[in-house]
Amino acid sequence: MHAIEFRNVSFRYEEDQPYVLRNVSFQVETGEWLAIIGHNGSGKSTIAKLMNGLLFPSEGEIFINDIPLTEENIWEIRSQVGMVFQNPDNQFVGTTVRDDVAFGLENRGVPRAEMMERITSSLEQVRMHDYLLHEPYRLSGGQKQRVAIAGVLAISPRVIILDEATAMLDPLGRKEILDTVHRVQAEQQIGLITITHDLNEVMQAERVLVMNDGEVWMTTVPRELVKKQTELQQIGLDVPFVSQLAHALQKLGVPLTEEPIDHEELLDTLWTLHSRK
Amino acid sequence: MNNLLIVGQYVPTNSIVHRMDPRVKMLIIFFYVIFIFFANNVISYSLFTLFALGSTILTKVPWRFIVKGLTPVWFLIVFTFILHLFVTREGSVLFNLFGLQIYSGALEQGAVISLRFFLLILLTSLLTLTTTPIEITDAVESLLGPLRRFKFPVHELALMMSISLRFIPTLLQETEKISNAQASRGVDFRTGPFRERVRAVIPLLVPLFVSAFKRAEELAMAMEARGYRGGEGRTKLRELRVVKRDVAALVCFIVIAAAALITRDYS
Repeated sequence: MHAIEFRNVSFRYEEDQPYVLRNVSFQVETGEWLAIIGHNGSGKSTIAKLMNGLLFPSEGEIFINDIPLTEENIWEIRSQVGMVFQNPDNQFVGTTVRDDVAFGLENRGVPRAEMMERITSSLEQVRMHDYLLHEPYRLSGGQKQRVAIAGVLAISPRVIILDEATAMLDPLGRKEILDTVHRVQAEQQIGLITITHDLNEVMQAERVLVMNDGEVWMTTVPRELVKKQTELQQIGLDVPFVSQLAHALQKLGVPLTEEPIDHEELLDTLWTLHSRK
Repeated sequence: MNNLLIVGQYVPTNSIVHRMDPRVKMLIIFFYVIFIFFANNVISYSLFTLFALGSTILTKVPWRFIVKGLTPVWFLIVFTFILHLFVTREGSVLFNLFGLQIYSGALEQGAVISLRFFLLILLTSLLTLTTTPIEITDAVESLLGPLRRFKFPVHELALMMSISLRFIPTLLQETEKISNAQASRGVDFRTGPFRERVRAVIPLLVPLFVSAFKRAEELAMAMEARGYRGGEGRTKLRELRVVKRDVAALVCFIVIAAAALITRDYS
């Protein structure tokens, strides 16, 4: 079963405007981590909004758990597809952490006793339970995003979408968020879709969908992606430093057998190389 | 950051008054404000004064804080008193002050009106001192509940209030940021004639409004993504419940108010 499937989806905001998305097709499996990457205006955020019915495709079809997404069932779909947005402040509805996590539950008419349980367990999953009664202005950006993730987890969705959710955070906050969602995804076997313009962030994902000018440019795994340095630069993406370093080393004649995807792998390859001599 | 947050001037002493149901507090204050206008003799006024002072003591909020909080009001109270002193011409002439005759009735009426004014302000300010803005919002939503039958958007109003409260610190922070950014480009907010200073506010307000609208749009989208579709079928996390202490407070108030209404002069 596919958690999410796009079948030949095209989208434009108005009839007389150019297409933002053209003939996009892809699938996300249950329990899989898919990263969607692309430069600004490549259509990646539009994909996110199409996935839970904030927008509807001009052409083509979208299936959530093999059920076609229509105007009639968007409310059920929205309980299965949770979304975390870019700006930590502009998605914090409640006056305290507890009230904010409760918001999604209140909307769905969850009884109060069950609400309390779900708030506790979802805040524990993102390690924010100590901040239960804190107001948003007393939290850092990363903490607010973790609360947003807790708010999504509380409605126990099948898929979580992070739409540039780390773009406004410092490196520490970014790591905090990615580690959190990665752990939660592994524990609960939910689908995870991270949307970003930073190649460094796709390295942990299982698959990568690269968007360029409203079209799917390629679907691949991170290790393959970093091999295509020149092409990536052409479509406006920065190649991670480790890959740049690995390429430079290869040019100098250092025989690296495998494309490293993080510092640790590069280090391992280098020292085993040295000891083999 | 914290010193900017003076909205409501909530003082968290966790007294019995703090833990009361905000609806009961609001109802008591509402009827107190009405009934105090029926007081017209020493006994009825003493009873109402007793109630207000007793409530203030129960809140455990330091007197210093309350007196300071009433600073702008002191002026009005004193002004009212002096005005009555010179304008009212009832009773017998007590003494002459720089050619003006001060009547006994004026002294009496000035004192009474000032006292009434003081009590009103004191008791109403106790509400914000002991109740968080969000509790007040909940209370308003609950008290206005019956109006829903007449298609009055009670839930929407309460949600608007709570979102506004939530965004006050955010927008204050933003204002500070913008004002610093504009000041660094040479906008002068502090000196110069009044008209110039008013004009200097424009480059502050325009970006603030632009960003507030952008926030509103993003917030609306986030709310929709989180399944918000109006008040229908919604449950609430924060629950208001009337318990023994609320009943006790209500009985207390009713007894005092009834006593005051009985003892007042009917003639």
